[in-house]
Amino acid sequence: MKRLVNIQPGKGWRSIMGLLPFILVLITYLFASNARLAVNPNDKLLPSFGSFGEAIERIAIKEDRRTGKVLLWSDTKASLQRLGMGIGISALIGLLFGILNGLIPVIRANLSPFISVLSMIPPLAILPILFIVFGLGELSKVVLIVFGIAPFVMRELQQRVQEIPKEQLIKAQTLDASTWQIMIRIILPQILPRLIDALRLSLGAAWLFLIAAEAIAATDGLGYRIFLVRRYLAMDVILPYVAWITFLAFLMDYGLRALSRFAFPWFEKETSGS
Amino acid sequence: MADNIINVSKVWKEYGDAVVLERLNLGVKEGEFCTIVGASGCGKTTFLRMLLGEEIPSRGNILLEDSSLPEEPTHDRGIVFQRYSVFPHLTVLQNVILGLEFAQSKFTGFLFGKAKRIAVNEAKEMIAAVGLSDARNKLPSALSGGMQQRLAIAQSLIKKPKILLLDEPFGALDPGIRADMHELILSLWNQTGTTVFMVTHDLKEGFSLGTRLLVFDKVRHDPQSPDRYGASITYDIPLGMTDEKILNKIKSTTVTDQREEL
Repeated sequence: MKRLVNIQPGKGWRSIMGLLPFILVLITYLFASNARLAVNPNDKLLPSFGSFGEAIERIAIKEDRRTGKVLLWSDTKASLQRLGMGIGISALIGLLFGILNGLIPVIRANLSPFISVLSMIPPLAILPILFIVFGLGELSKVVLIVFGIAPFVMRELQQRVQEIPKEQLIKAQTLDASTWQIMIRIILPQILPRLIDALRLSLGAAWLFLIAAEAIAATDGLGYRIFLVRRYLAMDVILPYVAWITFLAFLMDYGLRALSRFAFPWFEKETSGS
Repeated sequence: MADNIINVSKVWKEYGDAVVLERLNLGVKEGEFCTIVGASGCGKTTFLRMLLGEEIPSRGNILLEDSSLPEEPTHDRGIVFQRYSVFPHLTVLQNVILGLEFAQSKFTGFLFGKAKRIAVNEAKEMIAAVGLSDARNKLPSALSGGMQQRLAIAQSLIKKPKILLLDEPFGALDPGIRADMHELILSLWNQTGTTVFMVTHDLKEGFSLGTRLLVFDKVRHDPQSPDRYGASITYDIPLGMTDEKILNKIKSTTVTDQREEL
């Protein structure tokens, strides 16, 4: 008998074993839901799959009677806009300060402690300040996401820049490179795939801050909707929304990984080789 | 003095209380191939770093063609490290062109059009000279260790450096490949006539390559405080005039030193 650490599941087994937890959760839900509905057909806590279908039809296909929009899509559009802007701005800030901090000692001495302290402030604690300063509109939500993830991206990229072997920087100098040239031809191209990694890691936090901001003050958005229908115990809407958000998050992560593989083939080889 | 390309006079290097190098004097003529050997921790790499401009002497000065050495790396001095000398995100050709692009394109760091074509041709010649023509469009991760070092040498030589510094360049390679690399570096040195400094921990390599052997070692010892005294050049031998006896003598001294360090 081999040791447990040496037993490798075959390919078919692996996919079955991977699916198993999902199936188990689904079956458990079905049983629990049936049991509750048998006692009280109007129970709202664990709706049947039939009522999920109706709810999805109501929110994803038919237009809302009051606003004339299909709720799921208008919510998704609003949320993704906020998320996209937040992540995009964080990426730019992170890239700029990550490279400057990582590469230039004078700037690092100046900014690094400040950014470290900044990243310790719990972003939700300053949400009231953001609402007061930037109002209840789109801006405060985007700023919350930026405040939540930009410090992490900055620090992460600074680390990655400092991890680039010193030999490379010296070599570049013996090839006549100025600081600016080192930055754009040596550091930037090598740090872009690491930026994608950092963004993938901060996606979860970005969603958290988005939903928190929407839950508190918004008129549309995925987070706004689930907190709105919570008042009616509308689990038949909340659960599909949660599944949809999870799916979107998964897609973003997958997309970023695919982008990294496609745009930086050298990076995959480099990291898997060593 | 005047016809020396490198003049080292009374150089000391200290880190706090630890003396690494002391009373270093050396004159090297243009076109010489100096190999530098010594026990580990004897400061041979520190000396190379000072020639490179990465480290600055604590005392004394180093002259490059009668003017003092710039205090940061410049295109006068090429370098090949044991590892990490090439840029992983660029192909072989891009790695070699880089030096030309840095010099000619201050803002974007890229060349276009006619200037690019001229640079590509120059780089292709250089790549052919180190025997990497077939691998021109490969990434460094697809190259073997020996090929990566060939690339690093080509990358440096395209800048036509006055001095080429090699920091244990073949230390991580297999013996067979190492022999090929010795042949390559000697033929490139003959063609370009550049001055070469090569640090190696392989005494045999130090003897078989080059025109001059420098042995770094501590002259004075304080067993209670090993960092009290630094190393200096204990042997400075023109090669071609050496024999087994000297090799064994140097071997025996450096080996005892290592034992004492332990």
